Amino acid sequence: MQTYFIELSYLLASIFFILGLKGMSHPESAKRGMHLAEFGMLMAIVGTLMHHEIVTYTWILAGLAVGSVVGLAMGVWVPMTAMPQRTALSHAFGAFAAALVGISEFYREGGHLETITMSALGFEVMLGALTTTGSLLAFAKLQGLVRGTPMTYKGQNIFNMALLAVTIGIFVYLVIFPGSMPLFFTMVGLAFIFGLLLVMPIGSADMPVVMSLLNSYAGLASAATGFVLSNKVLIIAGTLDGFSGFILSILMCRAMNRSMTNVLFGAFGSAATAAASGEQHGSMREVGLEDIATQLAYANKVVFVPGYGLATAQAQHVVRELADVLEKRGVTVKYGIHPVAGRMPGHMNVLLAEANVPYSALYELEQINPEFPSTDVAVVIGANDVVNPDARDNPGSPIAGMPILEVDRSKSVVVLKRGQGKGFSGLENPLFFKPVTGMLYGDAKDTLTRLVQAVQHA
Amino acid sequence: MSHETLISALYVFALAAFLGYQVISRVPPLLHTPLMSATNAISGISLVGSIVTAGAHYNTVSTILGFIAVVCSTTNVVGGFVITDRMLRMFKRKEIAKKD
Repeated sequence: MQTYFIELSYLLASIFFILGLKGMSHPESAKRGMHLAEFGMLMAIVGTLMHHEIVTYTWILAGLAVGSVVGLAMGVWVPMTAMPQRTALSHAFGAFAAALVGISEFYREGGHLETITMSALGFEVMLGALTTTGSLLAFAKLQGLVRGTPMTYKGQNIFNMALLAVTIGIFVYLVIFPGSMPLFFTMVGLAFIFGLLLVMPIGSADMPVVMSLLNSYAGLASAATGFVLSNKVLIIAGTLDGFSGFILSILMCRAMNRSMTNVLFGAFGSAATAAASGEQHGSMREVGLEDIATQLAYANKVVFVPGYGLATAQAQHVVRELADVLEKRGVTVKYGIHPVAGRMPGHMNVLLAEANVPYSALYELEQINPEFPSTDVAVVIGANDVVNPDARDNPGSPIAGMPILEVDRSKSVVVLKRGQGKGFSGLENPLFFKPVTGMLYGDAKDTLTRLVQAVQHA
Repeated sequence: MSHETLISALYVFALAAFLGYQVISRVPPLLHTPLMSATNAISGISLVGSIVTAGAHYNTVSTILGFIAVVCSTTNVVGGFVITDRMLRMFKRKEIAKKD
C-alpha cells in the first residue's frame, strides 16, 4: 500500500515535470508550468519520506533545512548578471549528489554488485565526479577566480585521452570483476581529475557550450542514479535534463559553426589561434558622444546588439533608459540577440528582461538580420566576435561560417568598447575599421548614461 | 537488478529521451536560461535517492554521504525553482512592461 503510494507520487511528479517543461515553450505559460513542476517535486519528496527503509529522520530534516536555506539565499540574492556562475555551481551540486549516492551504494554492498547495477553505478559516479569538478572550474572561470583564457600545455589532448582511457579501463574491469574498493576509489578520483582537465583548455567565450554540456552530464548522472536505484522518476527527470543540455549544446555549437570536438579540444581563443589573425585594415574612427546622440535622436530605427560586455558593465538598465528616451522621440528600438552572446544560453535575454525590456522587442538572429539594411544606427554594446563580418566574408578566418549579426549592413554602426583591444577570440574585427563604424571607448554603463542625457538635450 | 527491471527502465529512458527532445526543441532561445535552471531544479529529484540514503542508516559512511547529498540536491531544488520563478516574472509583454 505504502509502496503504491510512493510510486503513485513519483508517477504524478513525472507528469508534472513534463507539463512544466512543456510550458517553457512560451513566457506566459512558463510560470504556470513551473508551479506544476514545483508541486510535482513536493509530492515526490513527501512520498519518499514514507519509504520503509528510512529509520531516522534527523539527518534528512537537517539536510533539507540546510539545503533550503542555502538554496533560498542563492535564489533570492544572486544577481542576474551572475546567472552563469550560479548555474555552473548548481550543476556541480547536482552532479556531486549523484556521485555521493553512487559511492554510498557501492560502499554499502561492499563493492559486490551485479553486472547491470555496477554498469549503471559506474556511469553515475564517473559522470557525477567529472561534472562536479568541471562545473566548479567553470564557476571559477566565470567568477574571475581563475583567468578565463584557455589553459593549455603540450600533449594536453593525448594526456587527457590517456587518463580517460585508464578511467574507463578500470570501470570495465570493475563491471567484469566487481569487489575491489581501492580500484573503485581510484576510478572516482581519476574522474574528479578528468573533470578539471576537460574544462581547463576551454575559454570563457565557449562557456555557453560547456555550460550546456555540463548540464547534460549532470542530468545523465541523475538518470544513471535512477537505473541504480530502479527509480523511474529519477530516470525521467534525469533524462529530460540530460537531453535539454544536449540540445542546447548542439544549438550553441551551430551558432558558432563549430563542432563539439573543436569546442572541447580546440582551445579556441588561445595564443595559437590568435596568431592566425593578420593584417590591419586601416584605422578605427573614434566619434564624439554628441554626434552619436544626434544620430540616435533623429533616427527612425535603432537596433541594440548586446554582448558579454553588457553584463560585465551591468549596463542593462541604462540601455533600457536610452531606449525609453528614444522611443519617446518616436524612434523604433529593437534588440538583436546572438545565441552565443554572453556566457550561457539566453544570458542576454534574461539581463534585458530584468531591465524591463519587453520580450517582444528581443529579436533572434534570423529575425533581425533582414532588418539591418533599413536600420539607421546599430549600437553594439560589448559584443565583438558575434558581429565580426570576417565570419561571413573571409573563408580563411578561424570563425568563418559562424552566423553573425550583420550590423555592418546598417546605415551607421556605433561600437561601445572598453578599449582598443581585441575580442575574446583574439581576432581582428574588420567591422571596427569600416567607414560606417564609429567607436566610442569607455565603460559601457558610463557612456550610455551620458548618451541618455545627450539625447534628451538633442 | 533483474532483466525485466532493466528492460522496463530502458523503456522509460528511451521514451523520456524522445519526449524530452520534442518538448525541449519547442523552447524559444528567449527562455534558454530559465530552461536550464528549471531542468536543473527538476533533476534535483535525485534528492529522493539521497533522502533514502541519509535516513536508512545502512552504515555511518552512507549516512554522512547521504546527508551531504541531501544538502546539495535540496539547494538545487529550492534555489533552482526560486530563480526560475524570479526570471520568468521578469519576462513581460509590451503593454504590461510599459506601466512600470
